[in-house]
Amino acid sequence: MTIMDKTADIPAPRSGGPDDARLLEVRDLHVEFHTRDGVAKAVNGVNYSVDPGETLAVLGESGSGKSVTAQAIMGILDMPPGKIPQGQILYRGQDMLTMSYEERRKIRGQKIAMIFQDALSSLNPVLSVGYQLGEMFRVHQGLSRKQAKAKAIELMERVKIPAAKQRVTDYPHQFSGGMRQRIMIAMALALEPDLIIADEPTTALDVTVQAQVMDLLKDLQTEFNMGLILITHDLGVVADVADKIAVMYAGRIVETAPVHELYKRPAHPYTRGLLDSIPRLDQKGQELYAIKGLPPNLLKIPSGCAFNPRCPKAEDICRTEIPALVPVSEQDGSELPGRGSACHFWKETIHG
Amino acid sequence: MPDATKTQTETEAVADATAAPSAATGKTQDKPRSLWGDAWFDLRHRPMFWISSILLLILLVIAAFPGLFTGADPRDGDLTNHFLTKPELGHFFQPDWFGYDGQGRSIYARVIYGTRASILVGVGVTAAVTLVGGLLGMLAGYFGGWLDSIISRVTDIFFGIPFLLGAMVVLNAFADRKVYVVILALAFLGWTSICRVMRSSVITAKQADYVTAARALGAGTSRILFRHVLPNALAPTIVVATIALGGYISAEATLSFLGLGLADPTISWGIDIAEGSQAIRDNPHALLFPAGMLSLTVFAFIMLGDAVRDALDPKLR
Repeated sequence: MTIMDKTADIPAPRSGGPDDARLLEVRDLHVEFHTRDGVAKAVNGVNYSVDPGETLAVLGESGSGKSVTAQAIMGILDMPPGKIPQGQILYRGQDMLTMSYEERRKIRGQKIAMIFQDALSSLNPVLSVGYQLGEMFRVHQGLSRKQAKAKAIELMERVKIPAAKQRVTDYPHQFSGGMRQRIMIAMALALEPDLIIADEPTTALDVTVQAQVMDLLKDLQTEFNMGLILITHDLGVVADVADKIAVMYAGRIVETAPVHELYKRPAHPYTRGLLDSIPRLDQKGQELYAIKGLPPNLLKIPSGCAFNPRCPKAEDICRTEIPALVPVSEQDGSELPGRGSACHFWKETIHG
Repeated sequence: MPDATKTQTETEAVADATAAPSAATGKTQDKPRSLWGDAWFDLRHRPMFWISSILLLILLVIAAFPGLFTGADPRDGDLTNHFLTKPELGHFFQPDWFGYDGQGRSIYARVIYGTRASILVGVGVTAAVTLVGGLLGMLAGYFGGWLDSIISRVTDIFFGIPFLLGAMVVLNAFADRKVYVVILALAFLGWTSICRVMRSSVITAKQADYVTAARALGAGTSRILFRHVLPNALAPTIVVATIALGGYISAEATLSFLGLGLADPTISWGIDIAEGSQAIRDNPHALLFPAGMLSLTVFAFIMLGDAVRDALDPKLR
């Protein structure tokens, strides 16, 4: 694991001590699942960090480990079969993986909250939304039923649900998809956490509602100065909201960059492939581009760079040596802050 | 007398539902309906539900206040005047309405007084079974692992014991077989099916996203279990319990018939059926009336269970 150790320092300068500790820092995180067929390595040494008010977008295909990383941060990974053999998850400098169950439970919801993809199945069908929103206050703050209901109405108004007072006793199935996602957001926001992890919050919604929900999330984030980790496979959603992007492939971060730089000049062939896959209006009539092949089987990750079987630029070194996430610089050697690429040929990719 | 008022409100509710269905529908359309609200709405439109609940209500009142329905003493036998007297079907609510049995006791009075034992056994066993089986099933389903293995194997072992045979063996060990002894014996053997149903529905419910979501928002284990998993896993258990209730009543009658259930001086339909069967060719009435009451009660419970199942299962709507 010498290569991973080297990469641990790359994406951002290390924090000196607990005083200037980052809001959340994930260091060299590994997650594996022990299945009948072997060990599936879902996350293989992920490093990223989020500061207050900052939005980190984690981009990747299904199975790239982006959601598993989020679940590990939340502590809602099913263990077993899941296992975290290595790594640290630091919340304000404290490693959450070494905390007791109770300590972690107190962080969940109050300090770090999560928004799920499918709001209908993430809301309890037999309880009214008002009850479920109010539950946050009753459990964590010990408010009475009445106070909790008032707070629930307030929250629903904050996420712009019309006629909140009348609808507070409604059940999840009586809301539209967009409204349900707003309720999920309201629930995550209830205790004004420092960090919100949104796991594909708009995937189940149609495009117009997607934009509304993302705008709402962005507004609320600015209002409360929260950190936001946005997990998505939708490059369009990311562009407007994120500050920086981490692209994941087969459980590793293959590229990090400030949001606009990534779109302008990707430094990894996988990122380039993703960007080229976006359908463009001016190329009407042509065949759509797709990255050839399939995401790797996590039980048998290819040797060397995991992307090599699909990579148009792959050479012999790619099949033998795992590329480290190295800082990316301009052709003249001047630094590009926040940029990193895990490709042996990043120079050719970004400048070529 | 609380039960009389209950009867009154119940009948009023019946009248409301039948007289003004449109008004009732209009009212419920405005209010949001939960799963249970929906089920209730559905139930109110089922004649089967009303017939069975009215029957059960009457049976409950009989069980609670048998003295209201007959002045005769069910233990007062008069062999000189009433030995196996045929029923006088015109004499409503009189001691000789259903005739007299082999010991000169009023069969009508015995049928009325026998209700309590049957209902108590049925309700008692169901309550005990739901509590024990439900709890064990919930723990096994939610926590899984070794706890699930242990509970499931114990369930399998108990499931393998033939219900009636097992109950006979257990009851045979007791000399003084009161109602609670029979309840305990039946509950001891009957909790397995509820446990299995509960376990499987808890396993389904705990995998739901809203449980993960609740966990991610900092809910503790007991809150997740009782607030989020249980209400979503309860419906099948309720259905199985209601249907099984009728079965427990007939099990009690079977055991009493065999002389292993309740025993004199407790009054039970099973005991009367056993006695009546001895003179069945000449005097079938001594058997038919307690047997008829038993069938009616079991039928009412099973019909209610059916109605509840239909109401709770959206696929059958």
